Amino acid sequence: MKHVLTTFAVAAAVGLAAAAASAQTLNAVKSRGALNCGTNTGLAGFSQPDAQGNWTGLDVDFCRAIAAAVFNDPTKVKFVPLTAKDRFTALQSGEVDVLVRNTTWTSSRDTSLGLNFTGVNYYDGQGFMVRKALKVNSALELNDAAVCVQQGTTTELNLADYFRANRMRLKTVTFATIDEAVKAYDTGRCDAYTTDASGLYSSRLRLANPDEHIVLPEIISKEPLGPAVRHGDDQWFDIVKWTHFAMLNAEELGITKANVDEMLKSDNPEVKRLLGTEGNYGEQLGLTKDWVYRIVKHVGNYGEVFERNVGQGSPLKIARGLNALWTKGGLQYGPPVR
Amino acid sequence: MTTANSVTKLDPEHAIAYVREVPIEASPPPVTARGALGWLRANFFATPFDTVLTIVMLLLIAWAIPPVIDFLIVDAVWSGSDREACLATPQHPEVGACWAFVRNRFAYFVYGSYPLAERWRVDIFFAMLAVGIVWMLKLDAPRRDIGAIYFFVVLPIASYVLLRGMPALGLPAVETALWGGVLVTIVVATVGIVASLPAGIMLALGRRSRMPAVRLFSIIYIEFVRGVPLITVLFMASVMLPLFVPEAYSPDKLVRALVGIAMFASAYMAEVVRAGLQAIPRGQYEGAMALGLSYSQMMRFVILPQALKITIPNIVNTYIGLFKDTTLVFIVGIFDLLKTIEAARVDPSWATPVTSTTGYAFAALFYFACCYMMSRYAKAMEARLAHGERR
Repeated sequence: MKHVLTTFAVAAAVGLAAAAASAQTLNAVKSRGALNCGTNTGLAGFSQPDAQGNWTGLDVDFCRAIAAAVFNDPTKVKFVPLTAKDRFTALQSGEVDVLVRNTTWTSSRDTSLGLNFTGVNYYDGQGFMVRKALKVNSALELNDAAVCVQQGTTTELNLADYFRANRMRLKTVTFATIDEAVKAYDTGRCDAYTTDASGLYSSRLRLANPDEHIVLPEIISKEPLGPAVRHGDDQWFDIVKWTHFAMLNAEELGITKANVDEMLKSDNPEVKRLLGTEGNYGEQLGLTKDWVYRIVKHVGNYGEVFERNVGQGSPLKIARGLNALWTKGGLQYGPPVR
Repeated sequence: MTTANSVTKLDPEHAIAYVREVPIEASPPPVTARGALGWLRANFFATPFDTVLTIVMLLLIAWAIPPVIDFLIVDAVWSGSDREACLATPQHPEVGACWAFVRNRFAYFVYGSYPLAERWRVDIFFAMLAVGIVWMLKLDAPRRDIGAIYFFVVLPIASYVLLRGMPALGLPAVETALWGGVLVTIVVATVGIVASLPAGIMLALGRRSRMPAVRLFSIIYIEFVRGVPLITVLFMASVMLPLFVPEAYSPDKLVRALVGIAMFASAYMAEVVRAGLQAIPRGQYEGAMALGLSYSQMMRFVILPQALKITIPNIVNTYIGLFKDTTLVFIVGIFDLLKTIEAARVDPSWATPVTSTTGYAFAALFYFACCYMMSRYAKAMEARLAHGERR
């Protein structure tokens, strides 16, 4: 029954998505006067409300960057908090224009669900946290360790695979919720705790003595998190994709929120092309010449957004790691604007 | 015979020795049945089983209560600007509830993401609602007929205009996606409570009607809605509905949830009211008909007043259940009080071992206060209506 329903829902969604293909998302967004952006209902560093109820976070800032590019006003976003269950329907049915909800890019989601992932705005992956006192420097030294993990997740499967592949003995201690797993790890029921690396950093803050714990360097799974749009509107797909690339290129060229006005006077041809003082690259996207200037002016470059929300400027203090620019040993690479 | 004679012949002087003129002063009850000791004995130690129960309960209280008080009050942190305040330090090794977190996020828990500049509108809504509730619930309040018009006509329209906004009146529109916290909990619960009683009475009467179409409709509605979990209704409304309705015509997310909850609560209320209708003896119906009352007069003046009176405990029971069920709207991404707490507790700037517990304790206090008030009011109401039976 569940299968029948799911198939039905997906078929209906794909049908609707195809019907919506001719309707230009950009025009719809412009005539509505606001971008509908699907975000998480609450995830530390990615999408969370502050004391005034304003949404903040890495994913949230990506939504604001798109709004800045389209409207020159980062506040013209209507955030639609979505649960893991209703996120794809919301995108398929047109309730949101773009889904920026720490969604892992997988082949089936990219194809049969009728979505297009536009890139990876955060490379996540499963990692381990242990006590410093254990004197373990690598996940490969965790033979015979008891590991706390949330039940029924891919995390649990990845853990078993990793230990088997490396011929290590594993004692899993499973819990229904992340909170319980963290609590059990904190009270010493397990030697290690595993979940996605971004989750490890936010869990660590909830421990009695965060400084006594370290996150091990090994990442044992690929969890590329990225924004997604519907199939069938290539122009909108390009806009969302290049919003990310624009923020990466801005960081690479050293254009920040603070110096973007000075950079307008730069003689560097790459900077000129990016900020629209030369060429009409923004117009090719269906936006304005100064679209990157708007993004950086209102939201900042990728590095600024990262540090502010999850990096050194936030309590999470997540290292750039895979999310560093390609010039600094990471995977974030923005194709050239020309 | 001789004895009787001898008694009657006794002279009065002699009889005095046997008949007291002043009654003997009552001796006090035994020490075990009097004062504090007697009370204790009667209430706590009457039988060996009672004694065992008392001791077990005392131990349970001694085991459970002091840590709760320690956590919530004694060790609690009352002020601070971020997580540092609620972390254990050598000077302050035991950290209890982090009330500083609740204070910091209090406005968010009440208004959600409602725009700062427009929050006065929510305050006015709360005040208007409080006036309406007191006016309706206080039985000796003046002009309750105007009160009813105010509550059922003026208040819904005014709240809609205030909360949703009306640019023509200079009130900027506020999307329901921005509503949150106590505001949403109160709106959802009030709509459910206010809509479910009239709808439930109609359905209950329909189910007992002699008109087949009406009866069939009521039975199908009640059985169908009761046969589906609320969570499914909400989920269908938020996930499936948008797939079948073009985006422009898709109703607002909050409205979908409100309709779902009102439909759901009505079906339950119908069965509660039907129980009351069935408890009224047939003689009451027949008597009313013999007086020549029409169907609606019979129901209004004879049957429903009695039926609703005996179902008050069940009605309030349903209301309390409904009030707590409103938290289910969080699964469709609506930020009620519990969901705002969930969203705030993950904030890394407040992440500590006690943040989540504190958030949930705050929610528990809120829900307890509301439900307890409802149950106290129902109790007072029952006592008042039971005057007739105590004569």
